[in-house]
Amino acid sequence: MRRYLGRKLLIYILTFFVAVTIDWLIPRFMPGDPVQTMLSRASLRAEAAEVMYGYYTRAFGLDVPIWQQYLNFWNALFRGDLGTSVYMFPTPVAKVLRRAVPYDLFLLIPSILLSWYAGNKFGAFAARTKWLDNTISPLGYVLTATPYMWLGILLAWVFGIVLDIFPIAGAYSFEMRPHLSWAFVGSVLKHWFLPFASLFLVMFGGWAIGMRNMIIYELEADYSHYLEALGAPRRLIRKYAFRNAVLPQITGLALQLGVIVAGALVTEVVFSYPGIGYLLLAAVQNQDYFLIQGCFLFIIFGVLLANFVIDIVYVIVDPRTRLGMTGETA
Amino acid sequence: MTNPEKKHEILYFALRNNKLRVGLAIILFFLVLTFVGPMLTDYAPYAYVNPMGPQPPSSKHWFGTTMFGQDVFTQFVHGLKATFLVGVVGGGLGTLIGIIIGFTAGYRGGIVDEVLNMLTNIVLVMPTTAILLIIAAYLEVRGILTESVFIGCTAWPWAARAIRAQTFSLRSREFVDLARLSGMKAWKIIFTEIAPNMMSYLLLVFILQFGGAVLAAATLDFIGLGPTNAVSLGLMMNNAVLWGALLLGVWWWFIPPGVAITAIVGALYVTNVGLDEVFNPKLREM
Repeated sequence: MRRYLGRKLLIYILTFFVAVTIDWLIPRFMPGDPVQTMLSRASLRAEAAEVMYGYYTRAFGLDVPIWQQYLNFWNALFRGDLGTSVYMFPTPVAKVLRRAVPYDLFLLIPSILLSWYAGNKFGAFAARTKWLDNTISPLGYVLTATPYMWLGILLAWVFGIVLDIFPIAGAYSFEMRPHLSWAFVGSVLKHWFLPFASLFLVMFGGWAIGMRNMIIYELEADYSHYLEALGAPRRLIRKYAFRNAVLPQITGLALQLGVIVAGALVTEVVFSYPGIGYLLLAAVQNQDYFLIQGCFLFIIFGVLLANFVIDIVYVIVDPRTRLGMTGETA
Repeated sequence: MTNPEKKHEILYFALRNNKLRVGLAIILFFLVLTFVGPMLTDYAPYAYVNPMGPQPPSSKHWFGTTMFGQDVFTQFVHGLKATFLVGVVGGGLGTLIGIIIGFTAGYRGGIVDEVLNMLTNIVLVMPTTAILLIIAAYLEVRGILTESVFIGCTAWPWAARAIRAQTFSLRSREFVDLARLSGMKAWKIIFTEIAPNMMSYLLLVFILQFGGAVLAAATLDFIGLGPTNAVSLGLMMNNAVLWGALLLGVWWWFIPPGVAITAIVGALYVTNVGLDEVFNPKLREM
């Protein structure tokens, strides 16, 4: 078990290292001059622009040798210094991100866990049950093929504009200040529901289909046929099949995390929900490179952390990994 | 490799598979629209053709016009072209890199496998959208082709891993041993002995990569990091949301691009399942 987790941890650390290196490389070796681009938007007078150019060159730390720039970059990172946001000047990027992350977690964690649970349950029921299979499978394929933002747009339009039941912008009513009261909590939940629902639905489709296919595969396995031959009840066979089929679904969750996070980003854009996705759009529109890079690192770090949590869960669920008989090399 | 009788059998099941028929029909429909569509409209995608601003679909503007009076149908058919381009180039490149790395790692084994496996795992856990995002943010001029290439370069890991596993199991078969004994070169064994046995599988990988690339491009375009010099379906949705199409109820602006992406990607998935059933007798409907 220690070896299994150790190997995983090594990969995550390496990945983080590569990601930080990419984060450092791209602004420096991409064609074009980001400092220049940033300044050209400010439309300063020539002499002022020159001073600003010098300032930003120093701020980026571009006036020292390359290798030193790289070390400085890591150094700043460990101190939690991600630079200063241009869009929300003079707030440091790390602070801007810290304010946004709770909203992301509030959206992501419930939608991931609930859709995973519900999708697996429904998928397992649907397998080899004619009428359910004929309804859930096509629905699942449509849902999983839907781009996250489009389902978000549809829900916002139907429930927010046409039926006017749910608000479609912000995390709570603009007339309120964050405080602890039923009215405020209600407002938060009301604003949360549509983005949550659109994330939930798209993911649900994917899990349901995955589970359905896995169960069919497991029901064709030798042990299922053996149980059947022994005259075991259908429920029992399905229970065994489910237990085996759920393992690849856990691995699948780890693999899907990147896509899910990307889905959350665009969903937040649709609903103006103040998470990282919303920040990112603002950063792109304002060419706030520090903020874009900060978002990048935060997403990578979050996904790697979540991956590691899933690995630990996997070790708990699959006894083979504990005994060193690594069944799955994922 | 494949004798004519077996080909016949596959065709027999392919023509009788409903999933395959529905999926291919949808894709074909959009493909035809992509090529015929631009001939059916007299406008340029970004030309301001309607001084009235947003107008619902009419006989003059089939899908209506945007907030600026641009013809939605024109943007839609040009966006379709971008979608297929991203799918073919991005999905194709993803598959190709996956094939190269998967075959090399699976056939070579040993230290080469270890290194490639490590590389695959690293790119696999890296959230690709984040990478695409940061690259796109620093590119001042972005084309659809550049976007596709970057998508392909980040989408290959799961394909490489799946192909590696398949190669691994085929490598120890007797016919491969025989080829090796006869002194065949490694790459020749891979392409004449191993690859033909995985053709159906590679096709399925390509289809899934195609769908993945289309969705990745839509996400990127929607955040505002799409092509700067072309139309795409994701960009249409981005513009629609940014210019308040939701609040003003300009539904004809954001419904068509989403329908197209969902239909194309959904059709690809269904085709994939259909093909799987055709190639794998165990999965056929009973």
